Amino acid sequence: MAKYAFFLGCIAPLRYPGIEKSTRVVCEKLGIELVDLTDASCCPAPGVIKAFDKKTWLAAAARNLALAEKKGLDIITICNGCYGSLFDAAYELHEDKALLADVNKILAKIGMEYKGTTKVRHFAEVLYNEVGIEAIKSKITKPLEYEVAAFYGCHFLKPSKIKQLDDPENPHILDDLIEATGAKSMPRKQRTMCCGAGGGLRAGFPNTAMKFTKTNLENIKESGAKYIIDVCPFCHLQFDLGQKDLGFSFPVLHLSQLYGIAMGMDAKELGLSAHQTPVKL
Amino acid sequence: MVTPNPAFASELAAYGGENAKMCFQCGTCTASCPSGRETAFRTRKLVRMAQLGLREEMISSEDLWQCTTCYACQERCPRGVQIVDVVIAIRNIAVASGKIYANHKKTGENLLKYGHTVSINDKVKAQRAELGLPEVPPTVLANEKAKADLDIILKATGFDKLIG
Repeated sequence: MAKYAFFLGCIAPLRYPGIEKSTRVVCEKLGIELVDLTDASCCPAPGVIKAFDKKTWLAAAARNLALAEKKGLDIITICNGCYGSLFDAAYELHEDKALLADVNKILAKIGMEYKGTTKVRHFAEVLYNEVGIEAIKSKITKPLEYEVAAFYGCHFLKPSKIKQLDDPENPHILDDLIEATGAKSMPRKQRTMCCGAGGGLRAGFPNTAMKFTKTNLENIKESGAKYIIDVCPFCHLQFDLGQKDLGFSFPVLHLSQLYGIAMGMDAKELGLSAHQTPVKL
Repeated sequence: MVTPNPAFASELAAYGGENAKMCFQCGTCTASCPSGRETAFRTRKLVRMAQLGLREEMISSEDLWQCTTCYACQERCPRGVQIVDVVIAIRNIAVASGKIYANHKKTGENLLKYGHTVSINDKVKAQRAELGLPEVPPTVLANEKAKADLDIILKATGFDKLIG
């Protein structure tokens, strides 16, 4: 059985706990064991904390990476922000030994050391690359007939030079994962565009962030999709909270929730009461 | 007329923005930028300003904070400039110079207080309990020793003073 250190992050456990719950249930059904990282903190957020002070970002990320390393496990994340942050930090610390030594001087203050061995994985990518589409299909008990918009977000695939998962301009991983449930991923314009939330834009300049969201929602509407399927709780939040003021009402589901539905989870277990835009299944 | 400040190159390099110098000003970044469609932010202009070392102009402009770090520019840059790293480097320089927006500061304060960038509240505790999850997520929020360790790190890097 594949086993990973489960990195929760901030928005999933603290704003959309149904994403956490669905991930736990779906992983169990797919034979993936999740071990809680009970000492973990924020990743920390790449667009804000890293933008304020890179040294702090790297040291706090290294602490999270070291926690998993101590358990002998690789990290699995359910958030593009956590994935971007921890993957990038792991990459930098793996490539630059002098930087690793500097960070370890800070970790030494809490009796820790990071050796540079932790690999950071994204839930969607683990499902695609490790479990595989055919094995996923064999676990689907309730085939879905939804027409949906696949929302990749940014830090899942980019920077592609180091992520090397899929074509960042014309990706297919998430579309394939969605279609494994029987749902149809509808083609649309600008499908790899940012939701608007990242980089501190939602916090600092929310009106500009909402303009991004509006463009995406218009493209989704034009595509004929009825649901938005994301792989990032921050994109999830941006669409779920933001669309009401823009006059849209697309139910927003994280991939783990879509899989939860297709694998027979009870609607109550999906945590849909936390959603601001009602989700009718 | 602008007065170039070549010394800025070393400051930028110290924060990881060194390869701004590779830019030959084609403008692919600006054309790819979703923020540039909605705001006065021009990615190419920022990189040019970084090359010229127009430090005060860059760190005082709200344009610096319009980037969502979506990497659309970086993916397409024909010179391989790590544009997002350049933006992050200039933001680090801005914050070190005391230029930080109140709402951004709040995110930093959350990290210091909770160890997470968002707060915990009774509503989410109830939702978690309903789902059969522990009311408080199994992270630093439920682990005093781990939170104390994080605090030591945030103090060692000076983040407490930077935000506080």
